[in-house]
Formats: sequence, structure tokens, C-alpha cells
Amino acid sequence: MPWLPVCPDWSERLSILGKESTLEVWKNLVSLANTQLDFTQTTRLDRALRKRFESAPPEKLETRPIRLAVLGSSTVEHLLPGIRVGALRHNLWVETHTTDYSQYLPAILVPNSSLHTFKPDVILFIFEAAHFLGNEYRQRCSSSDVVVAETIGRIRELWAKAHEAFGCGIIMQTLLPIALPLMGNNEHRLPESPQRLIRVVNEQLRTAAIEAGVELLAMDEHAAEHGLGAWYNPVLWHKAKQEITPLATPLYGEYVARILATRQGRSSKCLVLDLDNTLWGGVIGDDGLDGIKLGQGSALGEAYLAIQRYARDLSRRGVILAVCSKNDEANAIAPFEKHPEMLLRRSDIACFVANWEDKATNIRRISQSLNIGLDAMVFLDDNPFERNLVRSELPMVAVPELPDEPALYPQRLAEASYFETLWVTEDDMQRARQYQENLARESLRASATDMESYLRSLEMELSWASFDRIGLTRITQLINKTNQFNLTTRRYTEDEVAALIENPLALTLQLRLVDRFGDNGIIGIVIGLKNGDTIDLDTWLMSCRVLGRGVEKATLNLVMEEARRLGAQRLRGTYLPTVKNGMVKTHYPGLGFRPTTSAIPNGEQWILELDTSEPLPIWLAVKKSE
Amino acid sequence: MDQESVLKQLTGIFRELFDDDSIELTSETTAADIAEWDSMNHVSLIVAVESRFGIKFQTAEVEDLKNVGDFVALVLKKSTQK
Repeated sequence: MPWLPVCPDWSERLSILGKESTLEVWKNLVSLANTQLDFTQTTRLDRALRKRFESAPPEKLETRPIRLAVLGSSTVEHLLPGIRVGALRHNLWVETHTTDYSQYLPAILVPNSSLHTFKPDVILFIFEAAHFLGNEYRQRCSSSDVVVAETIGRIRELWAKAHEAFGCGIIMQTLLPIALPLMGNNEHRLPESPQRLIRVVNEQLRTAAIEAGVELLAMDEHAAEHGLGAWYNPVLWHKAKQEITPLATPLYGEYVARILATRQGRSSKCLVLDLDNTLWGGVIGDDGLDGIKLGQGSALGEAYLAIQRYARDLSRRGVILAVCSKNDEANAIAPFEKHPEMLLRRSDIACFVANWEDKATNIRRISQSLNIGLDAMVFLDDNPFERNLVRSELPMVAVPELPDEPALYPQRLAEASYFETLWVTEDDMQRARQYQENLARESLRASATDMESYLRSLEMELSWASFDRIGLTRITQLINKTNQFNLTTRRYTEDEVAALIENPLALTLQLRLVDRFGDNGIIGIVIGLKNGDTIDLDTWLMSCRVLGRGVEKATLNLVMEEARRLGAQRLRGTYLPTVKNGMVKTHYPGLGFRPTTSAIPNGEQWILELDTSEPLPIWLAVKKSE
Repeated sequence: MDQESVLKQLTGIFRELFDDDSIELTSETTAADIAEWDSMNHVSLIVAVESRFGIKFQTAEVEDLKNVGDFVALVLKKSTQK
């Protein structure tokens, strides 16, 4: 994992680790996991982890604990330390479970199996190709299409059974392409070739996984990236039925952990870029516009162009770009506006900070102005001094090690896969533009004389609907990744959200906001559950992008209307504090709710009587969407 | 590299992998003497030794190992072949 820094005193830091199961010790373990580890170190770190956190995560850990079952047709136990340490690297506590060798099917089907006692949240399925396709070449009586269809059918049925038994998430490893060629380059002309069958099954797994809502662990792609030999050693396969060599288990575990982290919405959202010798060669303040190396015609110039292209591609898929540079601002901006070869333009950068203060301070500033948590930021800088400074000041910011050769920067960033994501929604595609538009709104706010006229000038329209099938993916995504403006931080699966659509006692709202600068997409979710004559507000979350614009008030008006329609007398709001949602501590009292007399553990509750409450004044148009 | 230094390095690998600083290896030590040394950990051990010494064992060589003395001899043999 070359993007992680080397830690020279790793063993010493491991040996002086506290023995307690506290959050502080956990954080030290997380920091040890975020260094370059070989497989022996991974094993040692896993032991240290389990000594302290075998049965429970530390108190106040901000991520949800995960019960992961690893089920497969060959040896999988040796993968577990890498998976647990990978999860640790992403600040996740994982309890793992496996079955006896290859006993995955009875474990799922028999109701009193240890797997049923374990109750997995997520199952990772790992099969070697021969398990489905046999391990020898046959001129089959049935056509190869039938063989593939049968295999996909069996796998789909397995997913369905697992989902039915546990309602859990499913991760499916694609088949490792270990079959040997029988023809060579034109292997595809032999329909029953094992190598070709594996490829076709892996292709069809993609379609099947999309339809079934299953996540893939794309080991076929990783084998293409690193070479099969990096993963598979026939000696160990014959000796211990380990399809993945122990040497590769740290990286394998990292790949699994990325999916687990992303399922909790814990992937990075913002790429912060240094400028001199990162986006172009040379120093703009010294070398000037015509002195920096950038663009076609020189190998070095093209290498920097490739970095810019990768950053721009990421931003087109929803990653926010920011700049953090030690420069005079005018110098720093000049290439973005005047250099003919620049791919990135000023409008691609959501937040541009160029000054002489230290970079940690500036990254904090970027985080605040974009309303993106520091743990969702990645900082790319060629300078080891700046990297170390940011790592020590802001350990939650991801800072990849970079090679000396700039031509290798994009690949290094891709290997670290900080922006791993499971789905891309329309909203993701628009997000970068939305942050841009927010900046325009900010400058308008500066010019408007008072808040009310500013809000009016935005020409906002809030359109709302109850939950529906079309919005399901985005609703689930928001529920699972919103941390700050989220009153209860309750997470739900897509199935659970879908069940609310049909529930006559559920009050559900999805809210979309359009203003004169553009469409913000779905920015708010409310779930209320009718309980006697009270609507319990189970979930209320909003995108931080639309804060301070009266959207909360308009939403409350809608909630009151809908609650009356369901025949309720009052609303009961709950606030469950977390380390991230301090901003909504006064949400309910701010909207006129009064405190309840009865207390609940870990939180606060607030009441609003409907018959004595009037709609709040708002400055935006509200309409029900068709 | 001689027997003694290989034995010392092997001891270090055993201690790290099995997280037990009290492990003292001799030529006569076998898997039965060390609680953690089971068949799964044996594979990890082989792989750790291979990567530490920069050598590759063959299937047959690994199957023939009876005790730590065999292991040391094999490491020496493979290291001189490099």
C-alpha cells in the first residue's frame, strides 16, 4: 500500500500501546494501521486489536460496529486479520465469523446454525472458479451459455437465500481468473475454455449484482492490475487451499474494508490540491506563466496534464476540488485564468485558498467553507514537509505519499481509492456544480442588505413528495451518509426505506430545492411514525448545503400539514447527540417545540402541539411534485 | 550466514508472528512444542520466512520439514543457491 507512509518506530509504538479498551487506545491503533504494513505486521496489529477490542468497540466510536460473515468454498480464515486491520484503518470495528470449511450453505439454510446466532450485517462470499465451473476442460454436452446461466442462477439464489435469512448486505468477490489458457491469445474462440467461462461469469455477475443490490469485490480487476501472481500462489493452494496468498491479505483486507466503509458513507468527498510541482512543474511565483512546465510538447508537461485530467474526471463524477497553496493569490490564480494549456479552470475549484499561512490551518478553513468534514478530505502535495505537517496536525485528513515521478501521481491516487463509491446518482454528477453555485450564492449574500431580501432574491422553490421508488436510492444514500444535520443519525437499508412507502402510519418526505443558481437535488428527508395521536419524528436530516435558508421552517410547515392529514395531535422530535451533529442541538426548540417532562437515555425529546401551532413564515415557494 | 544467525532470525519471526517473546527455538523444536504453530499458521510462517530471506520454497521441500533444525538447514541451502 504505497500511498501510506512508512513508520520507522512502528514496533516501538505497538509495544507501548495502552492495555485499556478506550477510544484513545483505539485511535493509536487506527494510526498504526495507517502506515505501510507487511503481512507479519498486519498479523501482529490484529492480535493487539483483538486483545483490546475482541468483543466490543470502544465507547463513543462514531462508526457503526459491523458483524461480517466471511463465507466461501475454500480456506478463508487467513483473510480475517487483513480484513479486521483494513477496517481499523477506516476507523471501523468489525466482528468476523466464518463457518467450517466450505459449509456456507448449511450455515445459511439451517435456522439454528452458528451463523444464525451471529446475525451478520454483511456477508462476504468468496468462491474459487472451480467451485462452480469444475476444474477441468470438458467438451460439454450442454452449451457454454447454459453453464454460465446455471452458475449465475446458483449465485443469485444464494444471494436471495442469504438476504431472506438475515436481511443483510452482501459483498460478492468476483472469480479470480486462475484458469490456464488452452489456445492462447484467441482463447475466446473456444466456448468451453475455463478461462473464457470465468471471464463471462464475471461479466454477467456485474449485471446480476446491480439487479440484486449486491456489492462486488472486483478481484478480477485487481488481478489484472497487479498480476495474478501477486494474489495466487499454486503452492499454497495445493497445500492449504488458500486462493489468496497470505502475503496479499493486507491489501485484500483493505479492499473489503473500503466497501464496508463506503456502505456507511465513509469515503472522501473532497480533493485538496497543492499547485507548484503538483498541478504544474515549477514555481509560479518564480518561473511565471511562461516558465512553468505544463501541457503538450514536453513529457513533464504532459505528466502534469494527466494529473489535472484525473482530478477533473473525479470532479465530474461528484468529487469536490479545492486548492490549498502557499502563494500570492493573484499568482496562484493566473494559470487557471490565463494559461492556455491548463485543463482545470477556476470554475472547477469549489474553494480556492492561496496565502502564506500553514496548510493545516488552510485545510481547516476549506473544510468549514465547503461544509465537508475533515475526515472526508484528501490532500495531494508533492512536498514531504507539507504532507507530514498536515498528517500530524490533522490526522483525520488522508494524505497520500507521492513518488518523485509526477507521471505516477494519478495512479497513486487511484490505488488509494479514497473516493470509493457504490452508486453514482444524478445528484453526485451535479454536486461539484452545486458547490460552485453555492459560492455564487455567498457572494450574493454579501451584497444583499438583509436576510429576508437575500432569501427572497434566491427565488427558491421547495418541491416535496412522499417516499417513492424513484427516489429510493438517493433517499437511502442520504440516510446513510448524512452526519451533521441529522437529528437521530439512524441508518436504514434500502429495503427498510422501501417498506415505509407502503406503511399507512408512516409520514415520509423527500425534499428537493431549486433556486436561481440551479437544482440542489434532494436536500432533506423526514420520517415520522404515527403512534396513537402523536407523530414521532424518527428521522430528520438535511444537506448542509442549504443551511440558513429557511428550508427547515418550510419543512416543518409540511410536516404539520401531513401530520394533521394523518389525524395526529402533536409532533414529538428526538435529538440524539453524536460527535458530528452538534449543529442541530437547538433544532427543535428553534422551531418552537417545547421540552418534554420525561427524559430518554442518550438524548432529548421535544413536543409541538398541532392545534396551537401556526405555519411559520417562509420566503420560498412550496409545491408538491408530480 | 550461519546456522546460529538463521536460528536467531527464525526466532524473531516466530516471536512476531505468534506474539510471544518467550519463544526460544532450538534445532529440536517441533510444532508440538509451540501452541500457536498449527497448520494454518504454518503456511503464514513459510510465507513470512520466504519474504524475510528473499527465497522461495518448493512444495516438496516444505512437506519434508520435521523440526526447526530442518527449517534452518533448508533456509541456508536456499540462501546459498540464490
